[in-house]
Amino acid sequence: MITLEHVSKVYDTGIKEITALDDVNLHIEKGEIYGVIGFSGAGKSSLVRCVNLLERPTAGSVTVNGQELLHLSPRELREAKKNIGMVFQHFNLLNSKTVFTNVAMPLLLSKTPKEEVKQRVTELLEFVGLSDKADNYPDQLSGGQKQRVGIARSLATQPSVLLCDEATSALDPETTNSILKLLKQINHEYNITILIITHEMGVIREICDKVAVLDRGKVVEAGSVFEVFSDPKTTIAQNFVRSVMHDQLPDSVYQLIKAQDEAHQIYRIVFIGESTGSPLLSQIAKQFPVEVNVLFGNITELQGIPFGNLIVKFDGEPKEINRVLMHIRHSDITLKEVLADAG
Amino acid sequence: MLVDWQQIVTALWETIAMVSFSLLFAVLIGLPLGILLVVTRKGHLWENKQVFAVLNAVVNLFRSVPFIILMVAVIPFTRLIVGTSIGTAAAVVPMMLFSGPYIARLIENSLLEVDPGVMEAAQAMGATPRQIILRFLIPEALSSLLLGITIATIGLVGASAMAGAVGGGGLGDLAITYGYQRFDTVVMVITVGILVIMVQGLQSTGNILSKKIRRR
Ligand SMILES: Nc1ncnc2c1ncn2[C@@H]1O[C@H](COP(=O)(O)OP(=O)(O)OP(=O)(O)O)[C@@H](O)[C@H]1O
Ligand SMILES: [Mg+2]
Repeated sequence: MITLEHVSKVYDTGIKEITALDDVNLHIEKGEIYGVIGFSGAGKSSLVRCVNLLERPTAGSVTVNGQELLHLSPRELREAKKNIGMVFQHFNLLNSKTVFTNVAMPLLLSKTPKEEVKQRVTELLEFVGLSDKADNYPDQLSGGQKQRVGIARSLATQPSVLLCDEATSALDPETTNSILKLLKQINHEYNITILIITHEMGVIREICDKVAVLDRGKVVEAGSVFEVFSDPKTTIAQNFVRSVMHDQLPDSVYQLIKAQDEAHQIYRIVFIGESTGSPLLSQIAKQFPVEVNVLFGNITELQGIPFGNLIVKFDGEPKEINRVLMHIRHSDITLKEVLADAG
Repeated sequence: MLVDWQQIVTALWETIAMVSFSLLFAVLIGLPLGILLVVTRKGHLWENKQVFAVLNAVVNLFRSVPFIILMVAVIPFTRLIVGTSIGTAAAVVPMMLFSGPYIARLIENSLLEVDPGVMEAAQAMGATPRQIILRFLIPEALSSLLLGITIATIGLVGASAMAGAVGGGGLGDLAITYGYQRFDTVVMVITVGILVIMVQGLQSTGNILSKKIRRR
């Protein structure tokens, strides 16, 4: 649906050149919700703006819906853009126009018959839950409502792709959730492919199927949300995952352990899916002469799959602890990693 | 009083005519010029360094010449267009040349104030450059555009008084010939009073219209 190949974007500010995107490759399937996460300045906005050519890449190719956008004439490109909706962080609504006219704008541009415009806009406003606000002006709306108008507008021309640049970053957590729900509903009901740019891992966890981590213009890690969350490879991805998974040993516990002797070994055990409920620990306690002490644990759900995280301390002879580790590594339950976290 | 009311009414009409016509032509010159000053800028719809540089210089040139001097300097041009360099119709020419570039600047300012995000949204939905200007930039800037044009109109009222002094007719003419040169204080007070009321009225109307468009 969306394919970026070797896309680079260099801004020439006159004083120096800034490489915002560096050989980015991205493939997004039809119907997917794809998230791109990165710190401020990582190049996220540049990336999403290259997808509808608001910004022309310096190099590479951008294919949307089988069309290589960089080869289109200005007129063809404008047509192609009607198939790509865009939602902005700061909504970018026309303050001088009513909610109705804002939503109708993309249709008015293509000279759609009046009756059809009215029907479509009414339908869209109902879909985003703003039927009663049609005659209001944007400055009479809350942030969340403005974003709903922005979303309704982006859907007016029935696009097959929706681009969201930090669509929830200006909103409070509760409103963010309701907007994310709406996006999910759009994805479900209209089978629209959605590309979401964010710096919040919570957004990715909430609605994305796949995620790419962008760091200084490069995609450093990409995969299904489940893969990246359960086994982040790069430090930056690990930090992002940590920001929402709360799988860190609480500091107080950590200090307590550190104060004790070196013989204590602390490990992180990650359970995935079915295995979460498996009585691994009690089994170990029975089979091996070691003491198992659970310091911290949580279970979250990622895309409907349970995902458990335990931080345990094994007390015992080093030899025995090694046998325990071997046992864990060889068990057929889905055990992702065993990490020495401290000590 | 050395003049009768009929003369004052005639002078008032002359002033209104001078201001209205020169405003009309000044907007016709200033609006496209102001739009061009915005869209030929770096990174804008029709980025064009040369066009921008030339327009910018021309506008600055006209803006830097004092009105009195401009009036004299363009006399040949005025003759060419109106056939004479004296009278109400002739005054319109220097007035529009004076006000057009000023309006261009005011319009440029208003358009630049429009949130760039709005243009971005317009481009994302595949609007043509023409649609971006007419359906996004101008409507979003309209309220501030109106205030700008109000300021320019008041400037023209002032200029019309000066034009009157050199044979343009109107209230300024009356004030100078009778009020100033013949020490008729009553005429002076009446004409100046009318000008004051005109300016107040224009400003209030501009403010009300602008507010109405801005909503809340
Ligand atoms: N028009 C521009 N001209 C010059 N440099 C730019 C331009 N736009 C972006 N940049 C630079 O490119 C880099 C990436 O910017 P970009 O806006 O894509 O980052 P981002 O990940 O969206 O950041 P944020 O989270 O703050 O929005 C930054 O260093 C930025 O300064
Ligand atoms: Mg950004």
